[in-house]
Amino acid sequence: MNNFSRKFFYGDIPEDKAGGASEKNLKVSAATAIESSDWPLWEIFIRSKQGLDHKHVGSLHAADAQMAIENARDVYTRRMEGISIWVVESKHIRASNPDDAENFYQPAEDKVYRHPTFYDLPDAVKHM
Amino acid sequence: MNIEHFVNTNLIDYTLYLADNALILGHRNSEWCGHGPVLEQDIAITNISLDLIGQARNIYQYAAKVINESSASPSYCAGDGEVTEDTLAYLRDVRQFKNCLLVEQPNGDWGKTILRQFLFSSYQFYLYGAMRSSKDETLAAIAEKSLKEVTYHLRWSSEWVIRLGDGTRESHERILNAITELWMYTGELFLPANYESRVVSAGMAGDVAQVKSRWEEKVKEIFVEATLPWPDEVFQQTGGKEGKHTEHLGYILAELQFMQRAYPGSEW
Repeated sequence: MNNFSRKFFYGDIPEDKAGGASEKNLKVSAATAIESSDWPLWEIFIRSKQGLDHKHVGSLHAADAQMAIENARDVYTRRMEGISIWVVESKHIRASNPDDAENFYQPAEDKVYRHPTFYDLPDAVKHM
Repeated sequence: MNIEHFVNTNLIDYTLYLADNALILGHRNSEWCGHGPVLEQDIAITNISLDLIGQARNIYQYAAKVINESSASPSYCAGDGEVTEDTLAYLRDVRQFKNCLLVEQPNGDWGKTILRQFLFSSYQFYLYGAMRSSKDETLAAIAEKSLKEVTYHLRWSSEWVIRLGDGTRESHERILNAITELWMYTGELFLPANYESRVVSAGMAGDVAQVKSRWEEKVKEIFVEATLPWPDEVFQQTGGKEGKHTEHLGYILAELQFMQRAYPGSEW
């Protein structure tokens, strides 16, 4: 049986595909022995040297958090992309539902006054 | 033979030993490119390849410099004209390579590749650690730079030895097989060749016995954690440091050197 890797995006990681040690998955891995597809999927966040925040760079498979960090080091920092790595098992990420877009995001569209652009800055204030 | 020449000859042989180790293991690991068990580990092992080949380049460059500057050097490689890192890597025959037998052993399965890397990286870790205080400034600098990479190789391969040894019955079995196949090549690391002893006594490299005891301590620590037994005494193969290799090195060089041998001086 071929298990081709599939890239999941936020919002479409079904519980059964998200890897991890749920009981259901444990049964599967016992049956199919150790394959990469049985290793949980991890989301990788890298902070660049100049960056202040960790940015999502992609995902990879690893057996545990330690291996995920090392895999991330090898896969995502080999061209000096960063100096700090965070890994989060994909199954722990909860995403908003695209179907909610209408009531989540559209109400903000006609409320431009929420941007702080409706007053004059005094000259003394710099770096704004 | 003057003293300077004597020292140079030993230094050249020793730098070639260091560089050949790195080049040949780098080449062996590169054979995994596109064949790793999973994509992430494919990238990990080929990263290590690139680290090792980079180390080899640094050391070959230094060896070439010493060779070119020393008077009346014996011939170190084929071809006439200046000796370079490339002529040292591509234009020497099997008998002129001084790498230890361990690094030229075939990849086998993932367990064997991992164990070979672990045994070698732990050796390199203590070797370079000691070499940082070498009286030879270039060797000290190369050791300092390489040690950062080797520290990661050692960490990565240690964790894999533990993962396989303390993993499933099959992974345990495979790493045991790897020990049986590779242990006989570990003794050579600590049997100094003549040129090695002289470089060590000149204060240009670390004491071999000290490296050995640290290496054994590290390997024991990891083997215990990996639930692996300490191997029985077996006959130890030697000769690599003097150019007497197993049959595998010839095949490696045939592949590695083909382009330069078939199309001398070709670039791409």
